[in-house]
Amino acid sequence: MKRWPGIVSILTATILFSSPAPSMAKTEIHFWHAMGGQLGEAVNELVRQFHQSQSEYEIKPLNKGTYPEVLTGAIAAYRQKNPPHIVQVFDVGTQTMLLSGAIYPISQLMKEQEIAVDWNDFIKPVTGYYSKDGNLYSMPFNSSSPILYYNKDAFKKAGLPDKPPATWKEVGEASKKLLSAGAAKCGFTTSWPSWTMLENTFPWHDQPFATNQNGYTGLDTKLLINGEFGLKHIGQLAQWQKEGVYSYGGRMGQPDPKFINGECAMLVQSSAVIGNFKRTLKFEWGTGQLPHWGAPYKKQNAVVGGATLWVLKGQKASDYRGVAQFMKFIAEPHQQMWWHVTTGYLPITQTAIRNLEAGYHFKKNPEQWTALSQLAAKPTPNSLGIRLGNFVQIREAIEGEMENIFAGKRTAKEGLDDAVAKGNEILKEFAAANKP
Amino acid sequence: MAADGTMAMSPRVETLGGVAEWRRRRTPVNWGPLVVHALLLLCVAVIAFPIYYAFVISTQTLDEVIARPPTLRPSGNMVRNYADAWTRSHMARLLGNSAIVALVSAVGKISISMLSAFAIVYFNFRGKTVAFWMIFVTLMLPVEVRIMSTYEVIGTLGWLNSYAGLTVPLMASATATFLFRQFYLTVPNELVEAAQLDGVGPLRFLWSFLLPLSWANIAALFVVLFIYGWNQYLWPLMITNTETMRVVVIGLGDLIPRTGTHVPEWNVMMAAAMMALLPPVAVILFMQRWFVKGLIESEK
Amino acid sequence: MKRAVFKNRWLPYLLVLPQLAVTLAFFFWPAFESLRLSFFRTSPFGDKTVFVGLENFQKLFADADYYQSILNSFVFAFGVTALALGTGLFVAALATQRIRGLAAYRTAVLWPYGIAPPIAGIIFLFIFHPSYGVLPYWLSFVAAYEFNWLLKGWVAMALVIVATAWTHVGYNIAFFLAGLLAIPTSVLEAASVDGAGAIRRFRSIVFPLLSPITFYLLVVNLIFAFFGSFGVIHAVTQGGPGRATEIMVFKVYKDGFIGLNLGSSAAQSVVLMLVVITLTALQFRFVERRVNY
Repeated sequence: MKRWPGIVSILTATILFSSPAPSMAKTEIHFWHAMGGQLGEAVNELVRQFHQSQSEYEIKPLNKGTYPEVLTGAIAAYRQKNPPHIVQVFDVGTQTMLLSGAIYPISQLMKEQEIAVDWNDFIKPVTGYYSKDGNLYSMPFNSSSPILYYNKDAFKKAGLPDKPPATWKEVGEASKKLLSAGAAKCGFTTSWPSWTMLENTFPWHDQPFATNQNGYTGLDTKLLINGEFGLKHIGQLAQWQKEGVYSYGGRMGQPDPKFINGECAMLVQSSAVIGNFKRTLKFEWGTGQLPHWGAPYKKQNAVVGGATLWVLKGQKASDYRGVAQFMKFIAEPHQQMWWHVTTGYLPITQTAIRNLEAGYHFKKNPEQWTALSQLAAKPTPNSLGIRLGNFVQIREAIEGEMENIFAGKRTAKEGLDDAVAKGNEILKEFAAANKP
Repeated sequence: MAADGTMAMSPRVETLGGVAEWRRRRTPVNWGPLVVHALLLLCVAVIAFPIYYAFVISTQTLDEVIARPPTLRPSGNMVRNYADAWTRSHMARLLGNSAIVALVSAVGKISISMLSAFAIVYFNFRGKTVAFWMIFVTLMLPVEVRIMSTYEVIGTLGWLNSYAGLTVPLMASATATFLFRQFYLTVPNELVEAAQLDGVGPLRFLWSFLLPLSWANIAALFVVLFIYGWNQYLWPLMITNTETMRVVVIGLGDLIPRTGTHVPEWNVMMAAAMMALLPPVAVILFMQRWFVKGLIESEK
Repeated sequence: MKRAVFKNRWLPYLLVLPQLAVTLAFFFWPAFESLRLSFFRTSPFGDKTVFVGLENFQKLFADADYYQSILNSFVFAFGVTALALGTGLFVAALATQRIRGLAAYRTAVLWPYGIAPPIAGIIFLFIFHPSYGVLPYWLSFVAAYEFNWLLKGWVAMALVIVATAWTHVGYNIAFFLAGLLAIPTSVLEAASVDGAGAIRRFRSIVFPLLSPITFYLLVVNLIFAFFGSFGVIHAVTQGGPGRATEIMVFKVYKDGFIGLNLGSSAAQSVVLMLVVITLTALQFRFVERRVNY
């Protein structure tokens, strides 16, 4: 008993002052991401494939939590002069990264490493979202677009034809038929409410989400979602929530279970869940494009969601060669095709898409084609993307107000006006903090 | 027991090992124990239900998990789920790291707190009040609130992604010092005076007199601090940069697909959760007697 | 009462040194850093910092959401404390009755204390889940009301209160057990001899004797619920829906960590620190008086 404290203190001291063992020959490249569960395993497999293709560099992928946690962690590490090489940042973090001065643009990296990349091969909505002055700043990694999923079994029970409703009017009618036939408890629900119902719906109808071309051309941006179009769309959703046609299910992917267990017959969600749905859904299901209001609104294109890989400054110069090689690797058609088939995220180069087509991939997976078809049109200024500072907080404010609207605490007009007021305040704050 | 008079007037008052029984007089039937048993069983059921349910989920397949109506009986997928959870999140390493963080922070905190409480109670020195307030003001602010700044401090010290960085900041609050101080204040003066008369120096007094008296306290504190250290989430997430340094609560987070585009595998997650909560629960179960005893002592 | 003390000059300094060092490095230094940050507006990556004086504080006190978070904190703190203390006392009282299997019962109610709040949160999230949880399922037989915590703020608040209280009940039970077991039986016997029934005995004897512990637990529970109960909310509701469960501590995290508004987050930290210091001072005034019973 007397020796115990001595041993414990020695042990404690040893542990406190030890550190992980240094690695051997290969150069380590640190890659922080937010992919957990099966996605995380897919990332590890992709990295393994890269290691098989060369032996100089070793990528160290690390799941650093959720998207916000990864971003904040990377920032904190950067401030401590100890950042990772590559960090996966979600779409709403784009403006923060662009104005930070901490990043190494992808196009510049590849040019300086003298690795040729055909930037024109990337699909337009993707490059549009993540480019500045015609140069791609981050490497698209996991992109998706929102589509409509529908329960074929429920449709059959309600006597509806086996095709996805194309307009919102049709969605409403189909829902009412489903409800009266008892084929479902609710017509449809939407995951990622702000992303699907506002951030994508506006560009899909060629409507401006915010001034300054959705924030591309200036920092003194203001939101426009409480305009006529916004009121029409959200107002209809609020009305439908009251009638049971629409059932709000929460943020992010929380509403998914409502569709999975048959409660709601339709779901608007990212195309990224296709793979998972294929494995888990117990009923016949199909997909359709994001519903549209029809005339007088043009059918334009959807904007991509998901995340991209950003390269941070501050590393040893020799490391960047490995980073560039990894970037080239993941953009190659073979990896694009593998990643797409494994995870359900979209292939983002024309070559990869053509190869998949040639292999009849889209014939066997029409759902994926649905997603891609929404990105085919040439973007207008309203549909290039959305580039707002502090977008995380803005999305948060918007979804908070949407919840108030759907809970009946505010009318659509009041809720949207509040969201715009809060959003504009946040944008002002961002502009002030980033005065050149 | 007591005199006949007492027995006659309240025939149902009995004691066993110092515990008084509460029963209504005049009830002819012995409802008391039955009622108490029933109520206690109800409490145990309510309190234990969440864990039982988690366990059931950890034995099911994903279909059974999301089926309606929900089933409350364990199913047969247990081994698959647990094996899955073990390998996919590299449980062994995670459990090891959590154990280190919990043990080191608990032992470390108890040690330094004992020393400071001793100094504060048994010495008069200049700056004592200042030291006292400086230490006790830390009683309440959680790590999450000062997390960014603490991260910068750790970075400056070069302790990122290290066991030191994981454990030492957890020792910064004064809860243990507070408890020791309260306890030392109850130690009779005569003991100290007698020791001083015998020529016992302060350190020897601490070691041979106070320490043996404090075992129950130390045990109780150990339980609380071990659990606190084991259950840390945000701090380890922030400062660990490699898979090898992660703790088990974060490993659980790894199993959750956070991108909102993939459906969580609840059954594997619950299996991992069960493995993660076993050690702290085991600590409580094992040290339960001292835990309660230690609290009695410190509250006197 | 004059305490006996030791006479060394430099030993006490050596003894408090480790704790002071840790406190200085990991409490005061970050606290001052937070204080400093609260006067600036910083860009997330730290490359642009602008001194703005008290502007962060002004914005904070003009923000309706901040007052909402204060209100939420109080509701949450009192809810958790009431539930955890009430249940704790009830269970502890039962567990000091004369019945068989006492030790087993005690063990069975103490151990949830060891479960990490995030884990508890996830389990309760699952139990309350509007689509696959058992609780809404059972409740649907009782009432037609949809207990959808994703839409209804008060349901979400109830969920986090129950989950948080559940993790803390074991701690309270342990303390109450200790207190109940310390009550001399002679007093209780005398009371029943005098004709006091169970309830009366509780009210006039047990409860008053239990009051030091009850007071201590009241303070500790309130403080824990107000300042320390981050885990459950973070794992389950993230402050939603629509800010219904956003307590002050969570708002600090959200604004700083997720919103990357370090200035505002630091300002909120400073406010919380001031509250904490005041409360500590008050608590010691009361505690000091109590200790000399």
